[in-house]
Amino acid sequence: MKKMNLEMIVGLFLLAGFASFSWIAIKMGDIKFFMEDSYPVTARFVSISGLKEGAVVELAGVKVGKVSSISLDSSEYEAVVKLNISDQVQLQDDSIASIRTSGIIGDRYIKLTPGGSEEFLTPGGEIVETESSISLEELVSKYIFDSK
Amino acid sequence: MRGMIEKTGREFLYLLETIGRMGIFFTTTLGNILRPPYHPYPVIRQVYLIGSRSVIVILVTGLFTGLVLGLQGYHNLKQFGSEELLGSAVALSLIQELGPVLTALMVIGRAGSAICAEIGIMRNSEQIDALECMAIDPYKYLIAPKFIAALISLPVLTFIFNIVGILGGYLAGVVLLGVAEGAYFQGMYDSVVWADIRLCLIKSLIFGLLIVWIATFKGYFLHLDRSGVFGAEGVSRITTDAVVLASVTILVWDYLIGSLILS
Repeated sequence: MKKMNLEMIVGLFLLAGFASFSWIAIKMGDIKFFMEDSYPVTARFVSISGLKEGAVVELAGVKVGKVSSISLDSSEYEAVVKLNISDQVQLQDDSIASIRTSGIIGDRYIKLTPGGSEEFLTPGGEIVETESSISLEELVSKYIFDSK
Repeated sequence: MRGMIEKTGREFLYLLETIGRMGIFFTTTLGNILRPPYHPYPVIRQVYLIGSRSVIVILVTGLFTGLVLGLQGYHNLKQFGSEELLGSAVALSLIQELGPVLTALMVIGRAGSAICAEIGIMRNSEQIDALECMAIDPYKYLIAPKFIAALISLPVLTFIFNIVGILGGYLAGVVLLGVAEGAYFQGMYDSVVWADIRLCLIKSLIFGLLIVWIATFKGYFLHLDRSGVFGAEGVSRITTDAVVLASVTILVWDYLIGSLILS
């Protein structure tokens, strides 16, 4: 075998660096070279406190999408959340979206519960049935101050 | 009393002069990097010296940093019953902070000192003057390839460090302490975003620039150093100076970049 020369070692070095970078970028940085097919739906919540962009959307505990953007409807004072749902999943138009927490101090995510309707949500449609995030502090204060 | 004021003034003027000289040194080098002709071979050689030769050190330090993070993180998170956050804790602290900083410190120790000593000795033995006599621009021939090579090598080394560190965290957390493998990796994929990776990249580029800037500057102007010590002692003094200054600068800039970008 030919002895490794300087160029080969440098080439190997750069290749290793490029491979590491692309692994981190693709796996963690959400850079997609192959666009995963998904369709957008919106949902309105009274409060989404703690939910972040990029949070997971789950159905029956399986990840089916992500939160793509969060904004405030300033006339209704409601939070408008845009979700990207995988094309593989069809949602009934009476599906319920609720904000949950994984563990006690874990991240917030959106849990979808399928409905019973025959109609399916079209891309750009809106989930009407929503359940806002549960605030542990509010529950505690309610319990303390209402029981008088 | 008067002596003290004079001394303070002298110190200040010397500091001013040094900062100005560093600025001029940098712009001259930048001009030489941008001006043709371009010679790729010296750059490749410097990438070999700064980058490839540092890989072993980076692998070992990265692995053990990851192992320690996995071990410490596991025991701290266990108190809150949230061991499944280990993956994201390890990955975030590596990518945002430890990866760029520890890589930079290792490169200072391995390559920064070597660069400084090499140029210092060339200055000392009048090889740089000889280059000028032969109408070879020392900036173009000596300094510019080192700058480019450091800017290439640091990001590459940093990302190798990150990968090995994540692997070390995996070894400690998943293999030895029994965190679920899926939770480790999925937590990592979910919590690290592109902004973190960009921060890591920006930090490593700036650190690379700072290291090579300080190391080459100190060596190149060995003859103008205030201590006036020439010869072997001068080289040793200037190399120590460069290593200490570069390490401190890296840590200060790490904070500055972090506060600038995270805010």
